[in-house]
Amino acid sequence: MRSYPADYELITPGNLDVVLCLLRDEPNQWTPIAGGTEIMVLYGAGKLLARKLVSIWPLPELREIVEDGDFISIGGGCSFTQIGRHPGIQKHFPLLAQCASWIGGIANQNRGTIGGNLANASPAADSAPALFAYDAEIEVISARGSRRIPYSQFHLGYKKTALAPDELIHAVRLPRRFDGALRYVRKVGTRNAQAISKICMAATGNLRHGRVEEIRIGMGSMAPAPLRLTATEQVLLGAALSDATIAEARKALSNETTPIDDIRSTASYRSLVAGNLLEEMLRSFAASGALK
Amino acid sequence: MNTREFSLRVNGVERSVIVQPMARLLDVLRHELGLTGTKEGCGEGECGSCSVLMNGELVNSCLVPIAQAAGCSVLTIEGVGEQARLHPVQQAFLECGGAQCGICTPGMILATVHLLDRHHHPTREEIHEGLNGNLCRCTGYMRIFEAVEKAARVMESDAMESGAMESGAME
Repeated sequence: MRSYPADYELITPGNLDVVLCLLRDEPNQWTPIAGGTEIMVLYGAGKLLARKLVSIWPLPELREIVEDGDFISIGGGCSFTQIGRHPGIQKHFPLLAQCASWIGGIANQNRGTIGGNLANASPAADSAPALFAYDAEIEVISARGSRRIPYSQFHLGYKKTALAPDELIHAVRLPRRFDGALRYVRKVGTRNAQAISKICMAATGNLRHGRVEEIRIGMGSMAPAPLRLTATEQVLLGAALSDATIAEARKALSNETTPIDDIRSTASYRSLVAGNLLEEMLRSFAASGALK
Repeated sequence: MNTREFSLRVNGVERSVIVQPMARLLDVLRHELGLTGTKEGCGEGECGSCSVLMNGELVNSCLVPIAQAAGCSVLTIEGVGEQARLHPVQQAFLECGGAQCGICTPGMILATVHLLDRHHHPTREEIHEGLNGNLCRCTGYMRIFEAVEKAARVMESDAMESGAMESGAME
């Protein structure tokens, strides 16, 4: 059943301060809408519970990508087209540029925003694994001020985030220290474009004298929220990438993930393929580490 | 009824509508402005049938509330060519058999116009990417890809001709 437009309100203040004051003064009353690639789908299907919406598209304060010294800061309202085409992101954060190109089709990339992807908090969010791999930080803003949350602490559960009701995602900050890192990304889905992932994995790492010195692994669709594989990383840190280590890492991955059966895949397929991706990633790291 | 007035530019003409702010751009185009060339397929941003250009960017009009389109410039299939003279992309779809049932065609043509705007000589891979959000259940896509390549060639030779004419006129 389609929604009836008269049941909904949508206002377009066109100014970030006005939006923040509204979220402060009428808490839990207003739902921000950016490019609408999630909210309008629910609305079209008659499933949108929020009745009062405030547009944050296209607030200029949220649409900037700024390179300042050690960080690149991506405004929460930046579209995936903007992110995928940005030369600084292509150069320093290729995993994110790659993930951006996997989100929906061109029209959805033109409207879908990184802030929306994170606030919506789908376990299958395609930008999430890359943000874990790059140790991202989320800058949130409200009428009370702003604060930073490590991305690894942003997702609290299924569709639950650390955002307070009056807060918006102002920017995603990525530290520029991954240029020389080993990297890996792979999406497993029905097709790369448009189809939502069955599984997506991204990782960065470094080897020193054949041992893992640094590693960050992010995964989508393997838990109620996007997940950083911290236990698996612990198994790998300091270890040489032998067959035994890889087997142990696969076991750790299996212990810290809780995939489910849904319309896109099954839990057992996801578990097996996630282990295979981990192994593929580790063997590619071992091979490129050996070349260094 | 929380209706308000929204103004936008559609195919180069300033238009005003009085609708609810959450009315979908797709419905405003079809029901308020009588521009029924834009088709509704899935209604959830998966199929691309309702693709239009908004400020030059390809969007699914089923996912755009009218309040977010206010003040924007929108191009629909009705504004792509003229009755008497089709746009080279339309002509190429016709000649190559890039259209069968026709439901995906308006969106496919808008996506092609958007693609050729950025890539004058797209590779097959760039064509696949540029049309990846537009689904066709009839053609099997091969004739669509051929139409895109043909349109690119025609548009290039048209541009060279008009360039030659302009420099001829200057002499």
